[in-house]
This record gives sequence, C-alpha cells and structure tokens, in this order.
Amino acid sequence: MAEALAKITELKDLGMVQIRADLVRAGDAIAAATGLAMPAANATVTDGARTLCWMSPDELLLVLPKAEAREATQALADALSTEHALVLDVSDMRAAFAIEGARAAQALAKLCPADIAAMPADGIRRTRAAQVACGIWRRGEGFVLIGFRSVGDYIGGLLRGAARPGTELDPR
Amino acid sequence: MLTLTCPYCGNAAEETELAPGGEAHLKRFGPGSSDEQFEDYLFARKNPKGVHFERWRHAYGCGKWFLAARDTVTLEVFGTYKAQTPNPTPEIVAAVQAKRPNWTPDWTSTPATTTSAESLTE
Repeated sequence: MAEALAKITELKDLGMVQIRADLVRAGDAIAAATGLAMPAANATVTDGARTLCWMSPDELLLVLPKAEAREATQALADALSTEHALVLDVSDMRAAFAIEGARAAQALAKLCPADIAAMPADGIRRTRAAQVACGIWRRGEGFVLIGFRSVGDYIGGLLRGAARPGTELDPR
Repeated sequence: MLTLTCPYCGNAAEETELAPGGEAHLKRFGPGSSDEQFEDYLFARKNPKGVHFERWRHAYGCGKWFLAARDTVTLEVFGTYKAQTPNPTPEIVAAVQAKRPNWTPDWTSTPATTTSAESLTE
C-alpha cells in the first residue's frame, strides 16, 4: 500500500485574533501588544508559540494557543483603543489543518491556484482550496491551512482526498 | 486564463481567485443629474474591442478592489493599479501605447498619480 502524500490533522487548539487597523500608524502598538515584530507584506513572524500573519494591507491575524486568545484580544484592544481599529477573537469561526509530509505541497497544488511550493519559509498566501477561501503558511516541514469552520468538514475531506495514497504528482 | 497582479498584496492572482467588477472609472451621477446622465451612468458601458479598463476584486486573497488595463481581444494585460485613481496612471498609458501605438486616451482631465490618493486607501 502506497503512503499518503501528507498527514492531515485538524488543529483544534489554535486560537486566532483578527486585527484590522492602519498598519503603518498602529504598527508599533500592535508589535508591543503581541510581542512580535510587524510582518512584511505576505509574510509571517513567529516566536514558536505565536505567529503574526499579514493578511491584507490593513489586516493581520494573530495565531496563538486557544487558551491565550481572550487575553491577547483584550491586550490588543487596549493597545489600539486610540486608533480606528478592530480586534476580534475569531478562534471559533475558523477550522485549521496541519498538512505534514514530504509531499504536502503536492496535496495543496491539487487544490489551490497558487504556487504554494515556491512560497518562502515565512510566507503566507490567501487563496482558495477548491471552492472555499483559505490561508496557508508554512510550519516546520509542512503547512497550516485555515478556512471557515462552516466549511471545515469540506476542507478536511478535500485535503484527505488530495493526499490519498498513490496520487502523487511526481513523474512516473 | 487571465492572471492579474494585485497592486495591494503583490500576488499574481489567477482568474478564479478574482471577482470581476465591470468597467472602471465610471463617474457617478446621482441626485440633481439629468435623466440622460443617470441613464448613462447606470447602463451605458463601453464594451470595446481592444484596450479596456476594468475593476477587479482580489476576492480570495487580500479582498481589495483594484483596476486593470487589458485587451479584450488578445487578453493581454497591460498593467494593474490601485482603485483610488481617477484616471489610468501615466505608467499604464505608456505601457498600453508601447504595445498599441495608435491607441490614445479618451479622457481629458490630467491623470492623477496614485501617491496623491494614497491616503484614501486606509
């Protein structure tokens, strides 16, 4: 029996805090409140436990252990109280999956119209997985993919299907 | 297949990641305008065979609206630029004219640069 392209694991303990603000004006306050440097465009900054992801020119996503999400949301809201900004704990509206294995990029290549294999080590790409929106960044040797929880079962099925044994894209 | 580079996040987005928004640079005619102006604003679209300016949204990416100059016949893309631009920028006009020497802009006001409208983006 051939081996699966990647191991798909749903990440149940991932907390996420959405931050929308003028990132130029509020950058220093966000960096101080999260304890991380501001990421460049299409990049992530991580210290191992927390990851700050660049989502759009006015949006960031702080990914952290779920238990810390509430506290981090409050800290950020306090730090941005003088800004026109939004800080929201979105942990419960997201589904997250770890895609790990030597051929993880091949599984994603079947689902996304973006060159995920060429993404730098600290890169993040928002794109679609088949029919639904998703965000993808690298973690260790593999990837983390996030999507909306309402389509979480669909994403899980997609990923497991794309990683099915014997479906690798290497030339035979 | 159409691939447009989003001027906000810099990613090359393939057509299925984008949502089309029709013709770019429409001027709104609302209360106080004549019936003809309002009708034109609602319904009159250029639909040219050749160079066209369009609105697109990077729907599955950063979510921003941007503008694109492309050829409706060859699907060649001349460039993309930010939505806070009243007319195509000089760079876009130059890129179009490099490929289509006979093409001339059909707007009269001076093209504003994106830098002056930058403050509107946030």
